[in-house]
Amino acid sequence: MSIAIKKESGFGTAQIILTLSIGILVVFVAFPVLLIFWNAFFDSNGSFNITDVVKVLSHPETYQALLNSVIIALGTTTGSTIVGTFFAWLVTRTDLPYKKFMKGMFLVPFMLPSFIGALAWKMLLSPRAGYINRFFMDSLGFDGPIFNIYSYAGIVLVEIMYLFPFVFIQVCGALERMDPTLEESARISGAGLGTITRKITIPLVLPSILSGALLIMLYSMAHFGTVAVLGIENGIFNIPTLIYERIHQSAGSFESIRTGTVLATVLVFSAAFIIWMQNKILGKGRYQIIAGKSFRPMELKLRGLKYPLLILCLAYIGFTIILPTVVIFLVGALPTYGLPFTWENLSLENYKFILFEHKLTKDAIFNSVTLGLSAALITMFAGVMISYVIVKMKVRGKGILEFLGMLPFSVPGSVIALGVILAWSGKFGINLYNTVWIILVAYIARYMAFSLKANSAALEQVHDSLVEAARACGATMWQALKDIVIPLVRPGMFAAFFLIFLPSLRELTVSIMLYAPTTRTIGVAIYTLNEDGETVTSAALAGIALILIIVGQTLINRFSAKYTNKR
Amino acid sequence: MATITLNSVSKAYDTNVVLQDLNLTVAHGECFTLLGPSGCGKTVLLRLIAGFETPDAGSIVIGDTPVARAGEDTIPPDRRDLGVVFQEYAVWPHMTVFQNVSYPLKLAKVPDAELTEKTMHAISLVNMVGLEKRLPSELSGGQQQRVALARALVARPSIMLLDEPLSNLDANLREEMRFEIKELQRTLDITVFYVTHDQEIALAISDRMAIMDKNGKIRQIGSPVDIYEKPNDLFVFNFMGVANFLHVNESGGVLRAGTGEQPVPWPMPESFAHEWVGGCRPSDVIIERPGKGAGVLKGTIKRASFLGAMMDYLVDIDGTFIRTEIETHRAVSQDLVFAEGETCDIAFHNLHWFNAKQLEEATE
Repeated sequence: MSIAIKKESGFGTAQIILTLSIGILVVFVAFPVLLIFWNAFFDSNGSFNITDVVKVLSHPETYQALLNSVIIALGTTTGSTIVGTFFAWLVTRTDLPYKKFMKGMFLVPFMLPSFIGALAWKMLLSPRAGYINRFFMDSLGFDGPIFNIYSYAGIVLVEIMYLFPFVFIQVCGALERMDPTLEESARISGAGLGTITRKITIPLVLPSILSGALLIMLYSMAHFGTVAVLGIENGIFNIPTLIYERIHQSAGSFESIRTGTVLATVLVFSAAFIIWMQNKILGKGRYQIIAGKSFRPMELKLRGLKYPLLILCLAYIGFTIILPTVVIFLVGALPTYGLPFTWENLSLENYKFILFEHKLTKDAIFNSVTLGLSAALITMFAGVMISYVIVKMKVRGKGILEFLGMLPFSVPGSVIALGVILAWSGKFGINLYNTVWIILVAYIARYMAFSLKANSAALEQVHDSLVEAARACGATMWQALKDIVIPLVRPGMFAAFFLIFLPSLRELTVSIMLYAPTTRTIGVAIYTLNEDGETVTSAALAGIALILIIVGQTLINRFSAKYTNKR
Repeated sequence: MATITLNSVSKAYDTNVVLQDLNLTVAHGECFTLLGPSGCGKTVLLRLIAGFETPDAGSIVIGDTPVARAGEDTIPPDRRDLGVVFQEYAVWPHMTVFQNVSYPLKLAKVPDAELTEKTMHAISLVNMVGLEKRLPSELSGGQQQRVALARALVARPSIMLLDEPLSNLDANLREEMRFEIKELQRTLDITVFYVTHDQEIALAISDRMAIMDKNGKIRQIGSPVDIYEKPNDLFVFNFMGVANFLHVNESGGVLRAGTGEQPVPWPMPESFAHEWVGGCRPSDVIIERPGKGAGVLKGTIKRASFLGAMMDYLVDIDGTFIRTEIETHRAVSQDLVFAEGETCDIAFHNLHWFNAKQLEEATE
């Protein structure tokens, strides 16, 4: 027999891929975050200074922002958990009519940008001009507004409407996958339904509830849009909005950067802590019984409550999903905000204007689409490579990459924006500030987590022996990658692409900190137009964004349904 | 020559030592089986030969080429000229049967016409003609296993490594496939290294076989008959099939069954240096009605089970228990259908003496 004796060199392809992967994560994620820590803890002379950090944190405004973030996050988390768990139970464990439709509708808020929702609620419930408040004051003779949306309660309620699906989807999953024999055996042992719910069902789904709740906490702490739209008017700032305000107002002075970085550090550590908690709750493995295939769960007969609860669900969907969406489109069709919605007042003029005439909005749409496409493509490919090293390769030094790979998950958008400002504003030889590139760099960092998640999940499905079989057939590592791995993870890559492309179309948190007059994105344009009082143009653009998102989401659902059928 | 030689190979994962100082030679053209309990490190050994793992110490030589030597760069699996069949099939789900089987030829840049011809030949070898356009999801487990086999064969490697390739098949198909593998190995003159935990397959297919214990140590290498009939030690004996152990006591220089007085009707072991236990298969036991002959042990039937083709008895001989089986038609025709509680005479076709201390270790 003959074997071609050609040995692999010491610094093989494996090391090249590993180095490249580490490089990408360091440049795009770790370096900006490190700069934030550095700027937070070291003063202008470069010496460690903790007293300044304390000073920044005890400043009344920063202190208030921290407190507000916590208050809003706690309120939102509590509310969303109750709402999400209740609806999840209703659509999985009762005989509520139209459950499938309801389940689909409850997931809609996932794809709606919450700041557009906030905008809609502002149009409905702002104390003086909001349509609902005006209706009560003008037509029903109320003395004052029935509800002021510019308040903690307003912010929390709007966030609940858009965040509760996080808990809803987790709890639905857990309830659907729970083995009904667990409950049935309790029933046989003589337990009543109340006891079963208390002693069996709730303890079993508790990890899912908590995990969803922590996700909401994480999201709400770092959430910019709703607070920016509804809070700033009344001076309610949370951490991200205060970072934005400081950086925006003072054009990058050392003091404002200092405040920003200290707040960002607080965000990063809270996020890391929340993620750690979540892993602890989910990783215990005590609840292995919830796993794998779906069962047909025991259904509770609602009897007399059936129709009242159905009406409640429909009212909730109508009030929180349909009403705000319709208002956005209607306001976008008005010549001036505040006019009544009569046929004479409604036209498509604004839509025509923003799509074909207004340079600012045309630019914004172009920017968002090109940025989204580029970020999605780059991040998708980088994500495949990095996940491949983490999931599949046996190579020394992988531990560093695994650690770096965790990083994107715990870095909120406003932190990334601040980090890229510090990193790419010329201090280190490259100045991307005020260009579209800095937004691209930030998008890549922001969406890396999505790509890593989707691609690792897909790669974990590809059994090692499939690759080894190819190697044994004579394929080099690259050939095995090209012929076996890539075709098999392609669905994961598509998922990653759309998971990045669609949210980036409506991105606000990052782009608002990085935009220049010519590099507005759709999110920035909607936000700034609204700030400038051009409410109807803003609403029309928001309407266009909603159409883009809904069309995109429908296409993906079609595609993925088709793919799963084929398998 | 397609030989495989392992010289003092060791392999550990962190602190878990899987293989230590292992030596093994597989000759050209033979079907060599590595048999051992699950988790003993057989698959690791196969993966070392294939090149998916590198040894911590020692070297591996295929033909005259050292393919792996501890501390040096190894020849990667794609340049070792091997066919490998994995336990979990590893048939690529996105490729048709034809694409799966032809992949090694495609990589070798074989011209189209030849590629088609060779691929179809390999497909016909495993009796899969007519299914070449199917996707793996449309095949049964056994069919997928054949695709894996055809894929490993198509490029005519001089060595095939098979890791439990029949474990997921039903009994009939397993039997059929094991003959096919043996037949292919003979007609194509290739060296086969076969890893399994199934004694029956190993005995049926091997020219030579090695028995590995759960610590990754090879206990015996030899022909199937040697290993079955002349086990080196109690572990090998116990592992190769249903084993009876006749406990004995020694008095007056004679070994006596159980705690009683009856001498064992079999030649004594050479020395009385340590304690002994007698090992025999159920088929090595002769059972008769009482009083039929001399040189027998008297026992009582503790349990009688009818298994269809066989009658299975558990016999109590002064406190030690022996299982025996007898073909049903013989039991009926020779009046050997016993009821529980009846007495009987026991003798042996074959009895191996083992060190009793090994018993605990082997039956752990």
